[in-house]
Amino acid sequence: MTTTTILIRPEGQVADEWSVAATAADLSLVEGPAIVPFEAIDAALAERRNAPLGLHLPNHVAIDAVEPYLTQVALVSVAFPAFSDGRGFSLAKRIRRAGFTGTLRATGPLIADQFADALACGFDEVALPEAVAERQPAEQWVEARGIVRDHYQSGYEGGTSILEQRRAAAAAKAEGSHA
Amino acid sequence: MYRYDEFDERFVRDRVRQFRSQVERRLDGSLSDDEFKPLRLKNGLYLQLHAYMLRVAVPYGTLDSRQLRQLALIAEKYDKGYAHFTTRQNLQYNWPKLKDVPDILDLLADVEMHAIQTSGNCIRNVTSDQFAGVAKDEVEDPRVTAELIRQWSSLHPEFVWLPRKFKIAVTGAEHDRAAIKVHDIGIRILRHAETNEVGYEIVVGGGLGRTPMIGKVVRSFLPKAELLAYLEAILRVYNAEGRRDNKFKARVKILVHETGEEEFRARVEAEYAKLNGPTVNAPEGEVERIAAYFAPPAYETLPERSQALETARASDPALDRFVEQNGFAHKVPGYIALTVSLKGIGEVPGDMTDAQMRAFADIAERYSKDELRVTHSQNLVLPHVKQDDVPEVFAALKANGLATANAGLITDIIACPGLDYCALATAKSIPIAQAISKTFADDDRQREIGELPIKISGCINACGHHHVGAIGILGLEKSGVENYQITVGGDASENAALGERVGPGIDADQVPGAVEALVSVYLRERQGSERFVDTVRRAGLDPFKAGFQAFVSGAGQEAAE
Amino acid sequence: MAEAKVNKKGPKFPVILVANDLLDGEVVFAAKDGGWTPEPGKAAVADDADAAAELEARGQAEFKANRIVDPYLVEVRIAENGMPVATHFREALRQKGPTVHPDMGKQAEYDVPA
Repeated sequence: MTTTTILIRPEGQVADEWSVAATAADLSLVEGPAIVPFEAIDAALAERRNAPLGLHLPNHVAIDAVEPYLTQVALVSVAFPAFSDGRGFSLAKRIRRAGFTGTLRATGPLIADQFADALACGFDEVALPEAVAERQPAEQWVEARGIVRDHYQSGYEGGTSILEQRRAAAAAKAEGSHA
Repeated sequence: MYRYDEFDERFVRDRVRQFRSQVERRLDGSLSDDEFKPLRLKNGLYLQLHAYMLRVAVPYGTLDSRQLRQLALIAEKYDKGYAHFTTRQNLQYNWPKLKDVPDILDLLADVEMHAIQTSGNCIRNVTSDQFAGVAKDEVEDPRVTAELIRQWSSLHPEFVWLPRKFKIAVTGAEHDRAAIKVHDIGIRILRHAETNEVGYEIVVGGGLGRTPMIGKVVRSFLPKAELLAYLEAILRVYNAEGRRDNKFKARVKILVHETGEEEFRARVEAEYAKLNGPTVNAPEGEVERIAAYFAPPAYETLPERSQALETARASDPALDRFVEQNGFAHKVPGYIALTVSLKGIGEVPGDMTDAQMRAFADIAERYSKDELRVTHSQNLVLPHVKQDDVPEVFAALKANGLATANAGLITDIIACPGLDYCALATAKSIPIAQAISKTFADDDRQREIGELPIKISGCINACGHHHVGAIGILGLEKSGVENYQITVGGDASENAALGERVGPGIDADQVPGAVEALVSVYLRERQGSERFVDTVRRAGLDPFKAGFQAFVSGAGQEAAE
Repeated sequence: MAEAKVNKKGPKFPVILVANDLLDGEVVFAAKDGGWTPEPGKAAVADDADAAAELEARGQAEFKANRIVDPYLVEVRIAENGMPVATHFREALRQKGPTVHPDMGKQAEYDVPA
């Protein structure tokens, strides 16, 4: 988590207000909102800082272990060790299902073509290593996100699914024929 | 058959634009080679031994004549005048250029086709029974379910970066022609024993490859309406927990095996209990909307048997033989389904020229309600032929070299492309099939031997399904030469079984002789109407091992002399 | 990136460098004249480690320039006609084309190793 990252949201690149603390002890070194790793979250919560806390999770953590903390942090960051490791998508889905309403961040070398999927699974933003961002600037992410406009799957973020749109269209048609 | 509506059309066009953009970004360096590779694979594009290879999805193996003509056009314009049907009911082009692929995808989209998820670590093309909608033993046409899964699995936001590839097969019949027990998920449509309600049996964790396994029943009865939510639960457990440390242990079969059947089921059910089913499942009306496309075509009312066909068969032994071997009983009186073999003696299994594709499209349009099927044994099917028309169909097939009467016989061999094309292959596969085919070319001999599916893979990944061949052949490299391991007793049906080795690996030129030796054992040992695989089951492996060993020793002696 | 299909101790010389053209997929060889050639007979042959390293560096540079992919060294012997012939059956097949289609691939277009 020490690599320099840039932060990408649906509207493009934004400033990152969050700092990263490797341990609870390091929290005293950073000002403002800070993200701590899962191993340090108990100690960090015990410190009762005034600034918001974020929680960084490995992608293989069990949701049951995470759930107790979800009401106590403002941000959850999920690690993507590689763009091809899709565990983070399922973890995000489970974190949202557990009721987390704060900021959900994907942290790691994702690629622009995954932006829409990350958002659909409940992420709000991607913290991207600078080296990847140099090749794939935020404009590419915004553009890549919009290429495929619809999806078939229901129950994901990002607009009503094709299946639901079909149903609505059929209902509207039936309505029209009654009138 | 299914027709795209405005949503499907827009979706596939968007996907083509997306791939075009990915190619552009690869060429300008925005995407690294490591990043682009899975993206091109998820669109069916491989880099093989000699060139790129594009795998086109043929969802559940159903095509119409317009689509086949377009596939022929692509073969002519962008390939070398032919294409190859695969063991997963798809179609491959062996020589496309990367720069042409976006244009090829546009041509596919013009006829409601695509190459989405025909490779990569995602949910692959859904396969099904080639006799869907035809077979008498069918509870329900499995293509309705398969189409629903095709849509649900396409560009799934959560399940496109799985630990490994994921294959789903659906059958609606009692006799399993879709090999559901050797798929990551196998779905059998059945009636509830007590309520008679139609639902699904869900089998998980089958597969071939390096570690072949027969799938386990995870749910013995799932109500139809709950399908997508249940699939989501299985996939979420797999995506979260499947191994990613070793690609050879990353398939769901290994997760099921290492977790244990009971525990795996418990985890799936726990996930299923947590998710909000109604928000995931197909909304009311959607299944009915899809099902309407698979309504039976307009059949004529005909007598059970056609007098014209009987008369023609009586006077034409070749026609008689073709119908006997390649005919499949149709549920509608007066109709028949015909398997069209792409296994002419000495030919490349599954290959078809653009001229043959066009001729076949004409035949399907005129004589089979404009519909054709691709089988997982790399053949085609004309599903709805009027028995009265069979003599004409036979003549038309014959004129195009497509009337080989060997469906299910020893020369109807499944073979992966092997080292002649494939970058992963360790040995050649097609020339082995050709040599065996020539060895057993004699019609009478083939007929005497009867049903004997031979399946050949050119590497351990088992695209040629060798584990479930009555005789299976696996090509490997041993000390710098190609070496072939022979198994017997494999079966892909509802009685799924994995073949067992009969002895040490042998050289390529010994394979036809070894197969002859195994066939001799069978002909000697068989009782009554036993098929090869039945005899292996009853008599055991020993006589086959002995026959094989005798052949190997004899061959060794000959070489020494 | 494909790993070099050569001995872990390093290849036995002579070697050639094979790759695929990114844009059309064709199998290409690092050529004697410094570019890339689809013709097996025109491949540059490296007889020692220095020459091989030079070929590999060329492969890496051209890979980074998005011109070719999957470059690796292939062990060859020199046939009587002077043509480099891959010693492994897989690579030998790659120099020619599919055995089941003698009318396709390099064997249909160029002089190929016997």
